[in-house]
Amino acid sequence: MRVGVITFPGSLDDRDALRAIKLAGGDPVALWHGDPDLHGVDAIVLPGGFSYGDYLRCGAIAAHSPIMSEVVDAANKGMPILGICNGFQTLVEAHLLAGGLIRNDHGTFIRRDQKLRVENIDTVWTSGYTQGQEITIPLKNGEGGFIADDETLKQLEGDGLVAFRYLEVNPNGSLNDIAGIRNARGNVVGLMPHPEHAVEPGFGPDTPAAMSSGTDGLAMFQSVLAATVLS
Amino acid sequence: MPKVIVEVMPKEVLLDPAGKATARALQRFGDGEITDVRIGKRFEITIDGEVTPKLLEHINEVAKDVLSNDVIEDVISIRVAD
Repeated sequence: MRVGVITFPGSLDDRDALRAIKLAGGDPVALWHGDPDLHGVDAIVLPGGFSYGDYLRCGAIAAHSPIMSEVVDAANKGMPILGICNGFQTLVEAHLLAGGLIRNDHGTFIRRDQKLRVENIDTVWTSGYTQGQEITIPLKNGEGGFIADDETLKQLEGDGLVAFRYLEVNPNGSLNDIAGIRNARGNVVGLMPHPEHAVEPGFGPDTPAAMSSGTDGLAMFQSVLAATVLS
Repeated sequence: MPKVIVEVMPKEVLLDPAGKATARALQRFGDGEITDVRIGKRFEITIDGEVTPKLLEHINEVAKDVLSNDVIEDVISIRVAD
């Protein structure tokens, strides 16, 4: 299975995402924001970073880049799309996911190993987890405060569209401790924390077992491989 | 060449941490008259030619779709600069 990772000017975690796909058993494909097509990939990851210097708004210019019209079309046809951090911001700006992301309530950039609860496993990116599973993956952002109006929030909660929730610490003032959401169809998921930084023993968050041994992010990339094999 | 000015502000209901930090700094001067600061954006768009109603309509659209995000911001004004 070919999973594309789109590099925008200012992307930062595209290499880690490509590596995560490889470690999960997929075939990673590097895509460029100026590409006119998706090179026949089966799924897409929008990586973290600071696309276009976060000018205008985080993810806003990326959402209007040449390749994104193809991504929006593919998403509407059911292609699995995962947005991580800046990729989540881009999906929100492209209206593929609801709500918005604003500057952290405490005003500073934050980086920590973050505990999350997997709130919904009925998506192509979360099916490899168990319902309610607690995972720890790195979080690093300056503008990760998830917001939405009351009606949207009610719909997200009521329809089970919250995919991940912050546990113990709300690191950025996100409403309802929301760390990640999904679309109604379950093919598009976005989250602020970084699963691609927790896929390989020795390079992930600390666990009670050993330093840097956390690999809780790997299941996200394995999920999409399994989902596509089944469909 | 004429310029069109577009002003965008974060929604009133949302926390504006940058504005809040600035307000705190300003409160160190003066006698406490300054109670709040909100920070928005001003776009100066240079036009080649005349600013027609059709062009203003187009700018209205890009202001709504690109220059602002209606989940978190409001377009406050669109006008031709003097």
